[in-house]
Amino acid sequence: MIAAIFTRARFAAAIAAILVISACGQNEQQAQTDAPAAQAQMSITRGEAGEPDTLDPGLATTTSEHAILGEVFLGLTTEDAKAQPIPGAAERWDVSADGLVWTFHLRDHTWSDGTPVTAEDFVSGWRRVLDPKTAAAYALILYDFKNAQAINAGKMPVEQLGVRAVDARTVEITLEHPAPYLPQLLRHQATFPFPRHVFAAHGADWIKPGIQIGNGPYIVTEWLPNDHITLVKNSRFYDAANVAIDRITFIPINDPNAALRRYRAGEMDALNYIPEDQIDWLKANLADQLTIVPKLTIAAVVLNETRKPFDDIRVREALNLAYDRDLMTKTIIRTGQEPAYSIVPPGIADYPMTAQLSFKNLTQPERIARAKELMLQAGYGPQKRLALTFSTIASQDARRVTAAIQQMWREVFVDLEIAQFDGRVLVSKRRAGDFDAAPTGWLADYNDAYNFLFLFLSDNDLNDAKYKNPMFDALLGEAQNEPDLAKRGQILARAEQMLLDDHVWIPTRYEVVSNLVQPHVRGWVTNSSDINRTRWLTIER
Amino acid sequence: MLSYAIRRTLGAIPTLFLIITFAFFMMRIAPGGPFDGERRLPPEIEANINAAYNLDKPLYEQYFIYLGRLAQGDFGPSFKTKDFTVTEMIASGLPVSIKLGLTAIVLALLIGTFLGVFAALRQNRPADYSVMTIAMVGITIPTFVTAPLLTLLFGVYGVHIFGLDITLPVGGWNNGALRNMILPVIVLALPQIAVIARLTRGSMVEVLHSNYVRTARAKGLSSWRVVTRHAMRAGLLPLVSYLGPAIAGLATGSLIVEQIFGIPGIGRYFVQGALNRDYTLVLGVVIFYATLIILLNLVADILYRVLDPRVRYD
Repeated sequence: MIAAIFTRARFAAAIAAILVISACGQNEQQAQTDAPAAQAQMSITRGEAGEPDTLDPGLATTTSEHAILGEVFLGLTTEDAKAQPIPGAAERWDVSADGLVWTFHLRDHTWSDGTPVTAEDFVSGWRRVLDPKTAAAYALILYDFKNAQAINAGKMPVEQLGVRAVDARTVEITLEHPAPYLPQLLRHQATFPFPRHVFAAHGADWIKPGIQIGNGPYIVTEWLPNDHITLVKNSRFYDAANVAIDRITFIPINDPNAALRRYRAGEMDALNYIPEDQIDWLKANLADQLTIVPKLTIAAVVLNETRKPFDDIRVREALNLAYDRDLMTKTIIRTGQEPAYSIVPPGIADYPMTAQLSFKNLTQPERIARAKELMLQAGYGPQKRLALTFSTIASQDARRVTAAIQQMWREVFVDLEIAQFDGRVLVSKRRAGDFDAAPTGWLADYNDAYNFLFLFLSDNDLNDAKYKNPMFDALLGEAQNEPDLAKRGQILARAEQMLLDDHVWIPTRYEVVSNLVQPHVRGWVTNSSDINRTRWLTIER
Repeated sequence: MLSYAIRRTLGAIPTLFLIITFAFFMMRIAPGGPFDGERRLPPEIEANINAAYNLDKPLYEQYFIYLGRLAQGDFGPSFKTKDFTVTEMIASGLPVSIKLGLTAIVLALLIGTFLGVFAALRQNRPADYSVMTIAMVGITIPTFVTAPLLTLLFGVYGVHIFGLDITLPVGGWNNGALRNMILPVIVLALPQIAVIARLTRGSMVEVLHSNYVRTARAKGLSSWRVVTRHAMRAGLLPLVSYLGPAIAGLATGSLIVEQIFGIPGIGRYFVQGALNRDYTLVLGVVIFYATLIILLNLVADILYRVLDPRVRYD
């Protein structure tokens, strides 16, 4: 009996120990929540589709990172409420007659710790991004700067970069070729200034919340991975008087349905993406809060030209014709996408949008008739069908879309097999050229047509179709040396028409930006860049 | 007993080493690398990144570099989340997962054993059948169904009972505030309650029919005393072996619950790490999880021995 009591006591002790451990956790956490909360402040909670990988502007690559870093740093240019480029850290700039030398005059402003922002902060930031040791994925954003590519490849020292701090508030950039889109480019996080003095004091920790400083409207005070990132207003921001919101909480959330529930429960003021399968419900119930605008993104299908029969332009054109864009956008996907007949999407700056697929004005039955003709000419028909594999991502949506393509192409003697892979596997297959047909697309890094067309240069590693056309390459070279924006746009449009006539890609739809914003958030303009800086917003309840 | 524990611990080292080696090479066999994003990089940039992460070295050399670091307690930098090391990531998520997981298991233990004993005492009567039917439903409905249902009910619509307005946060951790924990804990505990109730009922039914319980009854002990003093002690033993792995599973988080409720635990690291080919993160989590399982199994075995004198390991 004594033994029994003893044993029971131990069992009870074990259970008690577990309870104590969890209770201790509770007390500790409780203490943190009891910290005084600021009451009268104006704050906003924003849902973001992804968790940032880093808050180092030199290393950042994703749009979620750009959304946060653009609140903390000010590039030479920045965005207005509609995401159009406006002067940022630079007040104004001059361009040399040949378009190669740009001189930026910095406004008199400081970092959030009070140290002045100097031309040298920009110069050292760019050198750092291009230094091979930094291993910055977006170093390519700076490749228009003189010698940048050679420096990044380790063939030249960073001091050779074509940039110069003329004086503390003047920075000069020399380019490889005229780049009239430079003000668009200089909004990118890879071009942001670098607080050298903080890096000197803290090394790699310079980007940690509490240590990181910025020259923008907000600074990061807290980052709990997969939970939230808190930013508070930088009182030293040059235009702080016109910034209404004191506090931003970014919530990274990658499950669109969970995100929508939290938005509906009022836990978020704005959400920059929606679950696509809920579109009907959203349109019926939250029509006043949902805005959908075209995005600077093209979705397409790529055919592998190194494989037979995709080297035959008739087959490519037939598949292009048979892809029913209206059916896809109106019936299958239905989130407001527009059918695409070009590779460069509408809304691109200084671009005439004259390049279009030749069959744009034909009806779908006319297109099918023409496609059948081309397939017969290429040696296919009801008796000899073309078997091909469509390699796509392993998701429910991808399956739905591909099944529709299967039906569309069946009409033109194609038997489509669907192969689904995990994202990384699909990328490595595409890169190795191990596919017949695959979904593809491009989201603009900066608002310029060249950022789409360069994908098809013969020597571009991203050229999955393995398209090679010396005339196209020459036209793009010509455009890069044309300082006049209008003339340049026309040259690029000619180059795009070449791609469309060669049926290199099957452009399918222009993607959209879908934002959900609560009515009490004022000043929000849903735009094609999907950038909404908090400094332009206010809350009115 | 001590020598048994030492032997078991020493035996775990080669097991762990094999797991590390196996996981390391398994990850590398998977096609695609951590930097094969949808947006591919120019070759010179890719070379810079591979050099920075030692990915340009032969695989065996990378393996030894990793083991060397590990011996110094360094799990390495995450390949994806550049601002945090793997150790920092686990350290930030673990307390959250432990708090949530242990709360759920304690709740499940209390309710589950109560229901199990209750059903066993009313064996083959309506109360037994209804408890076991509910338990069966609890086991079969997956968390990805209960979680969205509960959030819609309590978060989006709000529940109004007897003039009380019960509205709970749909997501977020909020430093572990009670309000934020209620729904995720319920979702995590429901299937555990069901399993524990069934386990308890099964073994209690068996014990209640055993000779010594009959003897206790024959000696005129009160029913309460028979159940709590004699039957339950033996009847709850199977739970001990179940609880080891169950605690390890719950304390290391659940991908689904974390995704749906936006909880910053470590459950998502495993799946997302594997999908992102974040080699160091996956390995870090594998090592951590393996160690925890080995440890908790050891604890369960020792506890079992303490609780059941018939069990001998020598």
